[in-house]
Amino acid sequence: MLLNKIIREKINSKLMLTFTILSCLLVVLIFFGLYYKSSPLFTNNSIKDLLFSSEWFPLKGKFGLLPFISSTIWVTLISVIIAIPFSLLTAIYLTEYADKRFVRMINPLIDILAGLPSVIFGIWGVIMIVPFIKNHIAPALGISSGGYCLLAGGIVLAVMILPVIIHVVSEVFRAIPQDLKNASLSLGATQWQTIKYVVIRKSMPGIIAAIVLGLSRAFGETLAVLMVVGNVVKMPHSVFDPAYPLPALIANNYGEMLSIPLYDSALMFSALILFVIVLIFNVISRIILVRIERSLGIG
Amino acid sequence: MDKRKIEESIFKILMRVATLSIVISLAVILISIIYKAIPVMNWGMISQTPQGGFYLGENGGVLNAILGSLYLATGATILALMLSFPIVFYINIYAKKGSWFVHTVRLCFDILWGIPSIVYGAFGFSIMILLGMRTSLFAGIIVIALVILPIIVRALDEVVRMIPQGLLDASYSLGATKTQTSVKIVTRQALPGLITAILIAFGRGIGDAAAVLFTTGYTDNVPTSLFDSAATLPLAIFFQLGSPVEAVQNRAFASALILTIIILSISILARYFSGKYNKFKV
Repeated sequence: MLLNKIIREKINSKLMLTFTILSCLLVVLIFFGLYYKSSPLFTNNSIKDLLFSSEWFPLKGKFGLLPFISSTIWVTLISVIIAIPFSLLTAIYLTEYADKRFVRMINPLIDILAGLPSVIFGIWGVIMIVPFIKNHIAPALGISSGGYCLLAGGIVLAVMILPVIIHVVSEVFRAIPQDLKNASLSLGATQWQTIKYVVIRKSMPGIIAAIVLGLSRAFGETLAVLMVVGNVVKMPHSVFDPAYPLPALIANNYGEMLSIPLYDSALMFSALILFVIVLIFNVISRIILVRIERSLGIG
Repeated sequence: MDKRKIEESIFKILMRVATLSIVISLAVILISIIYKAIPVMNWGMISQTPQGGFYLGENGGVLNAILGSLYLATGATILALMLSFPIVFYINIYAKKGSWFVHTVRLCFDILWGIPSIVYGAFGFSIMILLGMRTSLFAGIIVIALVILPIIVRALDEVVRMIPQGLLDASYSLGATKTQTSVKIVTRQALPGLITAILIAFGRGIGDAAAVLFTTGYTDNVPTSLFDSAATLPLAIFFQLGSPVEAVQNRAFASALILTIIILSISILARYFSGKYNKFKV
């Protein structure tokens, strides 16, 4: 009876371990799966051509991904530049200034914003942001734009990644020991000076990690961007130009990809690029965050 | 007034403006969708599948997509739950606390959480081609389960981690095995977190579009078996919006309102449950 129990326990333990390891192996599996599917592409095209050429002629077997890669980078950067001031200021306000009742009211709203599906953000972009850029922002600057452009994608993405950055930055701020703040306040510093010279400085790595997390979220976001960014294969030159980011390329062409030779490999290679970059971003930011946790003795 | 006070009050104003603008953008998103959807909303949108001429603006609704999304999200949530329990139990109850293995597993799930759903979709699609499978509800459920697995694992892990060691020791000292402790004690303690995690994952499953694009396909019929293609709400919205016919575009707004209402109810439910069951925790 007892032996039976022990054996069952052992089996359970090993079974759970297997599940755990298998799901972790998914990271490796996705990499090799995508690599395997994109490898036929490497026989005719060098990696350098694929990444740095802007010749995109699938029918001729030319798959220069540069227009897509630069669109992705542009739209991500725009979104992060817009999101940083808003999310940092909000996080500081919610953790250092606002009273608890106000925070309890705002937090659920930020959670709701985080939970909205990307297609909803996309449709909001189509209803509001695109016409606004077309009718107000672009004419005010003397530029003509259809509204479906990098800026529209950047604005929509910025709103999407705000909750991510606010959430992580607030955690980091809350982890700063109260003693440290008290020491600064007792020296006669105002609350803002304490925030500026103690809180922000002390949590700088955490802030960077939060921004990188937001960045990687924006990098792979598909539908919302696809709906507002115009999808024209061209190197974008201004924020009012339409663009065609990598996720949009994959999502738009999955239907045709089996009818043109190597096209599917090119799309899988795009997915591989997204995967590798997001992976690197995530590993960096998580390692920073884990270090912070440990240095403060939590976790 | 001295200079640093002025600086402080300027920044305080900026902070209030930033916080307010985030709340306003949420309000604006919801209001703009409601505003566009109300005039074109009707009961047929919810109760009917697309009829003949639907894509030219004639009768029909998106029942196929509503049901498709619900089936998909339910299946994926159940599958992800079944996978996540053993994982969370293992890293919290069985494995040695604070070992490098546990840290690595947590890092892995953080990474999996960050992988864009389009990458899961592309990966799933390449596996499907390898196996010669066609787009189906089944394939969609598996891929969405992979997308939401890290969400559930992380959420559950947070809760289980907080269970006091003393409670586990008490259970062991009564002769319970780790399995019995996991199933009978840990599960009960984790219940409020569990319900919230399920609802969040379910919401994510319903809202995801990029991963199902490749794997679930799209059809006007309500799926009758696991191996049928299925329509999903986000894709219905996306396709309708892409239509050149204005009446069909308007339907995209109505469908978006339906999706938004589903998501909002889920998040309100999640909040209610996490508040309600918290008092039963030790």
